[in-house]
Amino acid sequence: MNSPSHHHEDHPHVVSRNARYGLILFAVYVVLYGGFIYLSVFQTETLGKPIVAGMNLAVVYGFGLIVAALVLSMVYWVLCSKPVHKDAGEGSDS
Amino acid sequence: MLYETSIAAVAIFGAFVAAVLGLSFFLGRKGQSAKGYYAAHGQIHWAVNGVAFAGDYLSAASFLGICGMIAFSGYDGFLYSIGYLAGWIVALFVIAEPIKRLGKFTFADALDSRFNSRGIKLSVAISTLVVSVFYLIPQMVGAGALVTPLLGLPHYVGVIIVGVVVTLIVTTAGMVSTTWVQFIKGSLLVFFCAILTVMILMRGFHATPLETTTADALRAAGSTVVDKPFGDKPYVKSVDAQGVESIWRVTDAGLVATQTVATAADGAKLVNGKPQSKENDLRPVGTISALPGGVKETGAVGPTGFFSTLNDSTIVTWSSDKVAAADGAAITVYYPVPKPGSELLTPGQKFKGLKSEKFTDKLDFISLMLALFCGTASLPHILIRYYTVKDQASARKSTIVGIAAIGFFYVLTLYLGLGAMTSGAMDPTSSNMAAPLLAHSFNDTLFAIISAIAFTTVLGTVSGLIMAGSGAVAHDLCENFLRIPMDDHKKVLYGKTVAVFLGIGAMILGVLFKKFNVSFLVGWAFNIAASANLPALVMLLFWRRTTKQGITAAVFVGMISSLAWILLSGDTYDKVYGWDKADSIVPFSQPGLVTIPLGFITLIVVSLLTPKPEHPVAEELAESAE
Repeated sequence: MNSPSHHHEDHPHVVSRNARYGLILFAVYVVLYGGFIYLSVFQTETLGKPIVAGMNLAVVYGFGLIVAALVLSMVYWVLCSKPVHKDAGEGSDS
Repeated sequence: MLYETSIAAVAIFGAFVAAVLGLSFFLGRKGQSAKGYYAAHGQIHWAVNGVAFAGDYLSAASFLGICGMIAFSGYDGFLYSIGYLAGWIVALFVIAEPIKRLGKFTFADALDSRFNSRGIKLSVAISTLVVSVFYLIPQMVGAGALVTPLLGLPHYVGVIIVGVVVTLIVTTAGMVSTTWVQFIKGSLLVFFCAILTVMILMRGFHATPLETTTADALRAAGSTVVDKPFGDKPYVKSVDAQGVESIWRVTDAGLVATQTVATAADGAKLVNGKPQSKENDLRPVGTISALPGGVKETGAVGPTGFFSTLNDSTIVTWSSDKVAAADGAAITVYYPVPKPGSELLTPGQKFKGLKSEKFTDKLDFISLMLALFCGTASLPHILIRYYTVKDQASARKSTIVGIAAIGFFYVLTLYLGLGAMTSGAMDPTSSNMAAPLLAHSFNDTLFAIISAIAFTTVLGTVSGLIMAGSGAVAHDLCENFLRIPMDDHKKVLYGKTVAVFLGIGAMILGVLFKKFNVSFLVGWAFNIAASANLPALVMLLFWRRTTKQGITAAVFVGMISSLAWILLSGDTYDKVYGWDKADSIVPFSQPGLVTIPLGFITLIVVSLLTPKPEHPVAEELAESAE
């Protein structure tokens, strides 16, 4: 249980930093998701307009939300893998 | 519709069951510790855990339900895909790492990590059981509903097969075997759905014009024609020379053929005017009546061309209408409704509230999307998967793998659903059969594989649910709340004993609820999980004033208020009680928009009224950041 990786991950600085990154990325996704719900509820016709390669905004935005989830996840992975520049962290979590 | 038993599907499913049971007994051959039983020793690789998340999460509701909803209602079914996937963002960015860091075997461990409160243990154990049972019932009933058309066995046999197999999986090696079953199921499901999607694109589309006739043409063919046989409803009845009745729907383009299922007062069943048999059954439906440019077929289409073609096509969807004949027979009329593809690719076909003038109808949709967003990361059977990996980095990485696998699957659902809608193979009476019937439109082997996967889908999810329930009863209630002294051996014994009882209970519920429309119970589970569990966990992490009394109260209030709201909602009035939904006393059916904030407010108020905790989790985080 005391592997370097475990120790690094449990350090309060790392925990706190990751939580901060997580909340920022979470906020980004909430805006994207909220925008989609707003359009679905109040601008349904807008979602029906073709915008890319004959695909309408509903399909593009829907797929976009799924892709955005993956992209933000990967960004989080990279950010959390960076070393912490306080006395806490050295090395990455990988 | 009647289905032919697929021997190949039985063989494939049998092989899968034999393989997972063999694996389970192999993994369970050694003695087991509590950590092994509840958390797979915390040694599952993050990549395996990520795929197992997909196997755990992608239940029959996701696979059969969403494909069916898209096949019958278009884009609206995909809104569930979007909401279900979005929930994983909450899991990754807010929940995953703290849950792993604070907990041991169960969600209650994490919430109670700084308090040692019996109130928290009791409330969270109850909410875990309630959520898991609501999630479990549709899975078990679904197993029974699938086994009849797919494997040719009675409903209860499907329920018993799943109950026995899952109980064996859980009691042999607990979370270890559950993990591997979920991993195998998740891999198979995503892989074969991808294959099916490629085949849909390769096949492209073809047009089958919707034929119309006139009353004069029917008379000229020797039929007697009766106008408006069901009051004011727009139908015409014809009776041919052999005495066979047909019902036609009156449209602007002329009379279109419908399909009917009539149940006479004496219980006799007629399909399209004659006794139901393999030779006389409902015809499969779901076609395109006009393609862009008036072409007859498109040939292979690309991933984007798939949507642009459908957007400019006219698609024949099917609706149903219940009418009463003069002789007392109850008739369900299934009739074609041609719709522009652009309409089916825009929200609002199923969620009528989106096009309603009433604001509360719109709130119902917002509430549903909020519950899907907040519910995923509060489902106990998902949360316990975090204890199977070794550390927080693994928890994080496995969630990302889960998002990739589940997100890819949800992208596929739109192709599968729309492919089914236009496959000409749909059963107008059952949207749940859309995915297997889509496979059937290609060949019998694919039908057998997809059918077997649909059935095994149930195994992976139910295993996770039984594990979550086992932890809640044996670990949270017996060991921590009732404080029954247990050594490591006894912890495992209690866990397995509870799993056996839960397995038996699941079988009983699966048989008891056979005739209920249970698909909406998954939605209940999401709402209750989001209202009861999420406020407690989020506030524990981010508000240092959170107290044990606040958490206990929030879990109880969130759970009871969301359940009460659901039981008083218009949807429940309509679908469960058979009452007029307008009589409901709550303004909209989905509770999340009210009960999730209520959970937060309860926690804040009760925490402020009770003594400040000594070592709050949020304070540790805040201090470390300074």
